Amino acid sequence: MKRRTLISGNEAFAEAAIRAGCGFYAGYPITPQNELIEYMSRRMIAEGKVFVQAESELASINMIFGASLSGVRCMTSSSSPGISLMQEGISYLAGCELPAVIVNVMRGGPGLGNIAPSQADYFQSTRGGGHGDYRTIVLAPSTVAEIVKLTPLAFELADKYRNVVLLLGDGILGQMMEAVDEDLFDIKTKEYPKPWALRGCEGRAPQSIKSLYLAPGALEEVNLRLEAKYNQIREEEVRYQELIDKNTRVVLVAYGTVARLCRGVIRKLRSENINVGLFRPITLWPFPNQRLSEISKTVKKFLVLEMSTGQMIDDVRIVLDRSAEIEFLGRTGGSIFSEDEIIAKIKKMLKIK
Amino acid sequence: MKSIYKKPISLNGVHTHYCTGCGHGLVHRLIAEVIDELKIRERTIGIAPVGCAVLAYDYWNFDVTEAAHGRPLAVATGIKRVQPDKIVFTYQGDGDLASIGANETIHAANRGENLTVIFINNGVYGMTGGQMAPTTLMGQKTTTTKLGRDHKLHGFPLPLLDMLKVLDGVCYLERRSLFSPAEVIKAKKAISKSFINQIDGLGFSMVEILSPCPTHWKMSSLECLTWIEKEVTKTYPVERVK
Repeated sequence: MKRRTLISGNEAFAEAAIRAGCGFYAGYPITPQNELIEYMSRRMIAEGKVFVQAESELASINMIFGASLSGVRCMTSSSSPGISLMQEGISYLAGCELPAVIVNVMRGGPGLGNIAPSQADYFQSTRGGGHGDYRTIVLAPSTVAEIVKLTPLAFELADKYRNVVLLLGDGILGQMMEAVDEDLFDIKTKEYPKPWALRGCEGRAPQSIKSLYLAPGALEEVNLRLEAKYNQIREEEVRYQELIDKNTRVVLVAYGTVARLCRGVIRKLRSENINVGLFRPITLWPFPNQRLSEISKTVKKFLVLEMSTGQMIDDVRIVLDRSAEIEFLGRTGGSIFSEDEIIAKIKKMLKIK
Repeated sequence: MKSIYKKPISLNGVHTHYCTGCGHGLVHRLIAEVIDELKIRERTIGIAPVGCAVLAYDYWNFDVTEAAHGRPLAVATGIKRVQPDKIVFTYQGDGDLASIGANETIHAANRGENLTVIFINNGVYGMTGGQMAPTTLMGQKTTTTKLGRDHKLHGFPLPLLDMLKVLDGVCYLERRSLFSPAEVIKAKKAISKSFINQIDGLGFSMVEILSPCPTHWKMSSLECLTWIEKEVTKTYPVERVK
């Protein structure tokens, strides 16, 4: 039998990052992701890597900027209010095309909100909370095991595209402990050369890292080059999971923790011979537009479920076939769904008493 | 024939965008001379600020990065911690270092990061048109203190070096100026010491330089130097602070 280890989502982000070659971590405590920074403070130093407890999230993200321009894989983590503080730095990372991995263990907002799980940072993550024309890749794991799989991918994509990659979890996923196959932690990642890194000019001409382009047209040229890169990401990096067959009557569209809840709902309903399917975006940006659009040509009922008042639904609505019916079920402010309320909603859509 | 004056290798042979009589060009050169003399050009990484010196990466002939306004010392921490064998310095104005980035300054200093900081204090926000800086003198007129700085409205000139002095992580603090050739030489010596400290692994070193801004002080270049000598040094004495 495979050896399994019991680990929380927060600690899984941390351990997977270390195994993926993260050489620098900076962070500032915030609930519900404190296990991550605490784990990093122990393990990074034990591994001979660099851990800094920063004075603020502003400092964390800019320390990441410094480590990244040095050519080192680096990560920071926080929860919603802290991620808001990082938006300036994320915009600079995007403008300078510096790779970085950022974990957001989302909590209720707006404002100080609460420390309970939420998915209300979807807009901030996928639209970019910082200024300027830029995109971040957003990966949304739904189990602890998937955290272990997607964290190394985040480092690879960050390096491949010289781009920020957000790993989007929530308070449940971060705090929950699950048994994970130990061999999942045998992580090997692809390395990318970084000739752009600043390591001193010995043996080459001096280089600079910058996002300032004052000459007329110069910034437009840079932004169009970035857009070409984003288009390549849109083409090549879409990821999703679907549990849909020819008898599916309603497709639930959900990501992260909510998708996990939906799987329980689907099992229950199928035992009553009600065929409900799931479409789970794994990349929230780039969003799996094309596949979802195709599905809506055959299945005509969609239920979008989010722990927010409805953010991802905008992306779903825009791609569905006009003939498809779309409904929304949301819990917000740190509240979570019960399976029963989801089942009741689905039965209402199907007019089943 | 013996060469007694030439362009440092660490300085690019280009025209700068600085105004006539501005101190930035001179301090850029002093830093370049020091880096040449210490033979560290190929392992130096500089951090340019947001403000008048934002284009410094075009003027120095070594690796330079930009940083967001106020964040150079957080960026420097990231670089130096993963590349401890490199010489990392920040070049920051008063708004960058003492206002928007004061928190990053205090905490990098308090951690004793092995870094060099060159702090240009000219008492105004030059790039944005001459507004009040944290270091603007009492009574000094700027575009946001039209009647002169009044402590009831604007607080007092921030004595940043004196605040940092009490921190155990800080190795060396010196304030110099550019108002005479003798002072320029002393400024260069202080810059040199701040880099040697880093090479020797001694910790956080900062040199503040009282620098002229003829455009926004609305004075001639020469009047600026006299103003620094007679007025600015009353609030900010040129001395070794730590």
